[in-house]
Amino acid sequence: MLEYRNITKKFGNKEAVKELTLKLKKGTIYGLLGENGSGKTTLMKMAAGLTQPTEGEILFEGHPLSYQDKASIAYMSTEPFFYSYMKVKDVEEYYADFFEDFDREQFRKTIERLGLNEEMKASAMSSGMNAKLKAAATLARKADLLLLDEPLNGVDYKAREEIIALILEEADENRTMVISTHLIEEVESFIEDAIFIKDGQLVDVVNVETERMTTGNSLAELYLQKM
Amino acid sequence: MEYNSGSPIYLQVINELKKKMVKGELKPGEKMPSNRELAVLYKVNQNTAARIYREMEMAGYCYTKRGIGTFVSEEEYMFDNVKKEMAEELLKNFVHEMRDLGFQKGEIIEQIADYEEEQK
Repeated sequence: MLEYRNITKKFGNKEAVKELTLKLKKGTIYGLLGENGSGKTTLMKMAAGLTQPTEGEILFEGHPLSYQDKASIAYMSTEPFFYSYMKVKDVEEYYADFFEDFDREQFRKTIERLGLNEEMKASAMSSGMNAKLKAAATLARKADLLLLDEPLNGVDYKAREEIIALILEEADENRTMVISTHLIEEVESFIEDAIFIKDGQLVDVVNVETERMTTGNSLAELYLQKM
Repeated sequence: MEYNSGSPIYLQVINELKKKMVKGELKPGEKMPSNRELAVLYKVNQNTAARIYREMEMAGYCYTKRGIGTFVSEEEYMFDNVKKEMAEELLKNFVHEMRDLGFQKGEIIEQIADYEEEQK
């Protein structure tokens, strides 16, 4: 459903991504794994249309990625992206204004379940609450491709579990999810295909269950071998 | 649930569900969680959840009513079978490991009896 064709991305003289080719299938949960600065965020931002590749081409559902595809692609950045004065209900308005596929009802239900309420201010929230708010807003979009950049970063254990449950509830055979993380153990049980990235280059794409069956290697063990 | 690193996730979940059947936490004819609920409960993706039910159905542990859900088998003998199977699996591993350490049949039985005695 998404295809990177020989992508290179340069920032000045520095190559953040180097001649990378990768195809993502529909209905799969991908783990995008690599050290900080390996190119994970750049790869996601290019698919979200937030930055252009220097060379190469990105295809979405078979056609060159264009402005219109933004409606079907949800991207969650790792830094908080709400203005500090915003309340939860303002985030809801903001999302409803920007994204046609945003499901208000679902957002409200999720917010309540996660122990947040409409009047809470983003600036007064803990990092865990902020992460939950971000995830709730992003996952309330009925997008075909969801790109979550470090959704579990800097979040306490309980909030991490809640965010993972939210992700798994929203995953289905029609949606593709890409989750970047360095918390390998946290995603071990539900990542289907692991994409290993090092220095802007693709190291390997591995089906996690197949690997467990054939070599008995866990994702954590694979990570150490490959990186 | 805590997963060990060696074996596939779907097999570990199946084992857990079989244990629940043997312990009576999943009763004959009871409705099982939906694919989505199973995914959230065991922290697996939906393809794995679907695979778990597919494999369990093939083994006869459960059955699916289209559009309604997956149900635990109503066949009582199935529960005895599961119990026997799981016991066999544990024994096989145990005996294999003990033989690896050089224990003979008589010694293994002795060890078990001694252990049981010590635990009292």
